[in-house]
Amino acid sequence: MSDKAKSIASKKTSGQDERLKEVSKLRLLLNRPELGAVGGAILVFIFFGIVAGDTGMFSAYGTLNFLDVSANLGIIAIAAAMLMIGGEFDLSIGSMIGFAGICIAIPAIYWGWPLWISIIFAFAMAVLVGYFNGILVVRTGLPSFIVTLAMLFILRGATLAITRLITGRTQVPGLRVLIENDPIAWMFATDTFKWLFTWLGSMNLIALRTDGTPLATGIPPSVIWFIAATLFATWILMKTRYGNWIFASGGDKNGATNVGVPVGRVKISLFIGTAVAATIFATIQVLDAGSADTMRGNLKELEAIAAAVVGGCLLTGGYGSAIGAAFGALIFGTVSMGIFYTDVDTDWFKVFLGAMMLIAVVFNNYIRKRVTESK
Amino acid sequence: MSENLIEFNNISKFFGKVIALKDVTMKLKKGEIMCLLGDNGAGKSTLIKTLAGVHKPDEGEIVIEGKKTVFDSPKDALDMGIGTVYQDLALVPLMSVTRNFFMGREPLKGPPFLKTFDIEKANQIAAERMGQIGIDVRDPSQAVGTMSGGERQCLAISRAIYFGAKVLVLDEPTSALGVHQASMVLKYVVKAASQGLAVILITHNVHHAYPVGNSFTVLNRGKSLGTFNKKDISREELLGMMAGGEELDKLEVELEEMNRLNS
Repeated sequence: MSDKAKSIASKKTSGQDERLKEVSKLRLLLNRPELGAVGGAILVFIFFGIVAGDTGMFSAYGTLNFLDVSANLGIIAIAAAMLMIGGEFDLSIGSMIGFAGICIAIPAIYWGWPLWISIIFAFAMAVLVGYFNGILVVRTGLPSFIVTLAMLFILRGATLAITRLITGRTQVPGLRVLIENDPIAWMFATDTFKWLFTWLGSMNLIALRTDGTPLATGIPPSVIWFIAATLFATWILMKTRYGNWIFASGGDKNGATNVGVPVGRVKISLFIGTAVAATIFATIQVLDAGSADTMRGNLKELEAIAAAVVGGCLLTGGYGSAIGAAFGALIFGTVSMGIFYTDVDTDWFKVFLGAMMLIAVVFNNYIRKRVTESK
Repeated sequence: MSENLIEFNNISKFFGKVIALKDVTMKLKKGEIMCLLGDNGAGKSTLIKTLAGVHKPDEGEIVIEGKKTVFDSPKDALDMGIGTVYQDLALVPLMSVTRNFFMGREPLKGPPFLKTFDIEKANQIAAERMGQIGIDVRDPSQAVGTMSGGERQCLAISRAIYFGAKVLVLDEPTSALGVHQASMVLKYVVKAASQGLAVILITHNVHHAYPVGNSFTVLNRGKSLGTFNKKDISREELLGMMAGGEELDKLEVELEEMNRLNS
């Protein structure tokens, strides 16, 4: 009997293996978390290519415009995605953006600190806030949704109260003059590849201003940070031990702990990551605008989470990719800018954002079922 | 060979007023499979956690290779060669076979401070190890979620062995499995023991335990009813010794009674 059983079993196994081999490439591709976002981005580009191809949306200036918006969102979306893969949420990203802004502006304008020290101060505060979020979640075992929701209110309220207390208003202008000759600020405030754009302009390949300088002056810093963050996060997730720990912590906290993964430390570091990303976002925006606004970054946490979800992150953790989140951000950035070039009223953007997210969640759910399905 | 690989002498564990374990003694040699039998609430979980270094025993001592040992943490127990495979297996279904196999102990390569996860080496080892059990992993990057329950169990055991377990502690390895899957796991357990590991197999299923075990320890309400060699005890006697045996006899009588009344 056992021999018969064995032969049947072995037949079954070999049959399955053949099938596995045949479909493995397609299957591998289908199981990639970023598939939906990459496909979505292609569709979005085709759509705007047809609808707005001749409107200047895809000129050098127009392209840099929607890339800049995508990149800003992308910087926080990637950090949010990594935290989501690690099994947690951070709803305080938006408030952290506002808080980081005044952490730069008030010391620089009111206390006479050099700009670069103010920027470092803001990053130090971000590490503190992220650590506090993380330690609260890890120690109390409370859902990060609740802990960071509390932090959303605390940080926004503190930002408003402190700013009004010190300055008597809710905006702190006057930063632009400080950027020049600052040893750090250029990293967040300088367009790169200017020579390329000047050259392109001189060849009459891109649009010029009336004074002969190109309309698009260079790659904005946000885009550089965005690309660097995507590469760095992908490297961490795919190529390092810490990356494996992130997946493990989000996939099964107890299991990971049992095999020796320091789940608590991983999660705390990811919370620090989202707060630091929010501060990069804030620094770029504050230096670009030349002023800090207490309401800056409002609702950005939800856009970041939406981009991460569209990018293939599961809300339950343990699955997702930084590249996916980057494409998720690209979709949102492109649509939010592209809509200006169409006849569609911009009010419809949020409808699109919500619909995209719904489709993504349904799609992701299907993928997860495929991946976890038993033979 | 009379030297015991591991001894648990008069282990007791109390939680407040509750006596979870009282004077439990177990001794294992290399290559021996000891089945720890007991009904729910018999103290199996507490004993496993004591073996794994999660709990410290309040009384008694653990002796490994002749040396008295105290586990301060699960990592201590792991370092001393106690490989515990919990019921939840500590596997993440969404992660690949390789990433699960090396979870928490990833092989690294590259210069200091820029060390990366050596995924090629990891893939190779994982595929090789799974091949040894007879599980053909064509693609070690496939998600564990696609594997059967028995295969997952074997993966978890194989991982514990690879990372230096001398004593395997298996918590209900067959409880959620069908007949075919369970026999696959048990076969692997026997193979592991024949290679010189000591195995403590915790189960409440005598039918799974009896064919593979060399000796049997029965726990009942936190106390050991003794350890028996296979030649000294029958399957029925074991079943009877677990609280379940008596209960089942009673149940049988009651059911007969009901049938008679109904008819």
